[in-house]
Amino acid sequence: MFDNVGWLVVWPVVIPILGAALAAVAWGNERRQSILGVAGLGAQFIASIALFSHVWSHGVVTMSMGGWQAPFGIALAADTFGAGLTLVGSFVGLIIAVHSIGATDAAHRRAGYFPLLLALMAGVAGAFLTSDIFNLYVWFEVTLISSFGLIVLGGRREQIDGAVKYAFLNLIATTLLLIAIGLLYGLTGTLNMADLSGKVAELPQDSTLETVALLFLVSLGMKAALFPLYFWLPAAYHTPLPTVSAIFAALLTKVGVYSLIRVFSLVFPESGDMAREAMIWVAVATMVLGALGAMAESDIRRFVSFTVVSGVGVMVGGLAIGTEMALLAAIFYFVHSIIISAALFIAASMIVTAGKATRIEDLAGLYKRAPFLAVGFLIVGLSLSGVPPLAGFWPKVFLVQAALEAGSTVLVAGILLSGFLTLVAVGRAFALIFWRASEDETPLPDAGPLVKGSLGAFAVTTIVIGLYAAPVVEISNRSALELLSPDAYIDAVLGSPLAALGADDVPRAALSRAGKEIQ
Amino acid sequence: MEVAFSIVVGVLFAISIYLLLSGSLIRLLLGIFVLGNATHLLLFVVGGLMRNAPPLIPDGLMVAETATANPLPQALILTAIVISFSLFSFLLVLAFRAYQTLETVNTDEMRDAEPVPAQTVLRGSDV
Repeated sequence: MFDNVGWLVVWPVVIPILGAALAAVAWGNERRQSILGVAGLGAQFIASIALFSHVWSHGVVTMSMGGWQAPFGIALAADTFGAGLTLVGSFVGLIIAVHSIGATDAAHRRAGYFPLLLALMAGVAGAFLTSDIFNLYVWFEVTLISSFGLIVLGGRREQIDGAVKYAFLNLIATTLLLIAIGLLYGLTGTLNMADLSGKVAELPQDSTLETVALLFLVSLGMKAALFPLYFWLPAAYHTPLPTVSAIFAALLTKVGVYSLIRVFSLVFPESGDMAREAMIWVAVATMVLGALGAMAESDIRRFVSFTVVSGVGVMVGGLAIGTEMALLAAIFYFVHSIIISAALFIAASMIVTAGKATRIEDLAGLYKRAPFLAVGFLIVGLSLSGVPPLAGFWPKVFLVQAALEAGSTVLVAGILLSGFLTLVAVGRAFALIFWRASEDETPLPDAGPLVKGSLGAFAVTTIVIGLYAAPVVEISNRSALELLSPDAYIDAVLGSPLAALGADDVPRAALSRAGKEIQ
Repeated sequence: MEVAFSIVVGVLFAISIYLLLSGSLIRLLLGIFVLGNATHLLLFVVGGLMRNAPPLIPDGLMVAETATANPLPQALILTAIVISFSLFSFLLVLAFRAYQTLETVNTDEMRDAEPVPAQTVLRGSDV
């Protein structure tokens, strides 16, 4: 039953679902839930390593669900891009799970924190690994319903307020996505992205197709927090438990960006010109306004929310240029941004705990009182701004180079300006929070090894990627090449092995004949 | 038949957008509800409408001999209905909780997460 390599692509999705179910059974038992949570996400991380190493050495791994051959059934498929992001995502998920044991109250964990976190991670992995566009919508909803549960955990006033905005706007965004998927199905008669790739190219490139492409840009852009649809993010991301903010910032907007990259490289590689043209301006506006928002913000956690918005602009800018170098930069930035967003929210929550205030104006003198936190915040903040030799530097160099080659001066200006503004904003926050003299100079109680360790792990990761960028560059480069010439992905998906037991009994020739006749 | 259904879908979308532009949580909830149902109907229409041809394949054959109704949109709609039902129930509870906690259903008065900032002047000498 398990001799088929296709199972590799199933485990990163199934393990957290099983973990969520088991953790839900252990309801009320906080200790058992914590063990299940960390073990489940650890197992998902191991499964993602196995998947990625197989994809790296042998190419795309696919599996058809329920014995239905793609394009009729739903196939999961992992190329370098999807498998790589699953790996980074599950790494961050695992560290945040460990961090949350040290950073959250047992009462919150008893109220269903770990089952929801595991379900969220299953949804994220499912979205990264599916090759069916309707299934992608379903995974969006899985992440959405788990994130609804996580965002209200604790039930403070501002949380309820933030959750209302988050829930309504995200539900509208996924409904718009469903409309776009429905219209695309009406045009092509298929939902499989590999199959859509060929069929969309054969369609007349008229205003109907442009509209569908724009609808994808709007709905996924709303999920990814692109200008002018990002206002829900700084209104909501600072309200939940700090660890929840960290996982949201690391992964939820990224699922939107991932889907944008996947849809526009696989489904609309040649069409959707209007959407692409809009994308450059939208990306520039997002990165600059996000950085300006961060500069103007006085609440430290909302400051971090705005930097997350700014980062989304950089990735979408890479997609809008669409050359090999630009996609390489976008994917590298994707990896960097997952790590750095989580690290910044963890650092921000440590600052709030240490300084007992949320406003930058009310915080002071933490450099003497919490030196570890000061160094950690400085490293991740500088990496965010793109200061060499940290990880944030390289993708911006590649993206500026790609934009110059493509002659897009507006994007070059946007990246440089947003990087500069972010550096100013980080410098201002650091100077005020850490360097400003404070009357109280007693050292703070230690935050605990789990909390400090997770910030340290992210800081070390960003330094290591910065100093030794070659592996990430190589992975991003291969992902970009696969996105630009998706033939291997398409062939693998359309010829994927059947997952059902006794799959050999299914007369495959008859199935493919049926496919031809229906076409 | 498709034209008539398309018009119905369009009217439903217009109603839902009108409701979603309101500042009252109750109207927003109704707008979400209408939007979801308009989308389900849209999925039904884009799959093509056909009468009296159930998608059943006779014994001994792998493929139906004549054209049949498209069964896939119904599977999609069923999935979408279940999902939107569960999310809508969550929204209902959340809206009620918001009314209890924040004592308003007017979105303009919900400023807890984004308070109007107080002005603080920082001078260089503070740093």
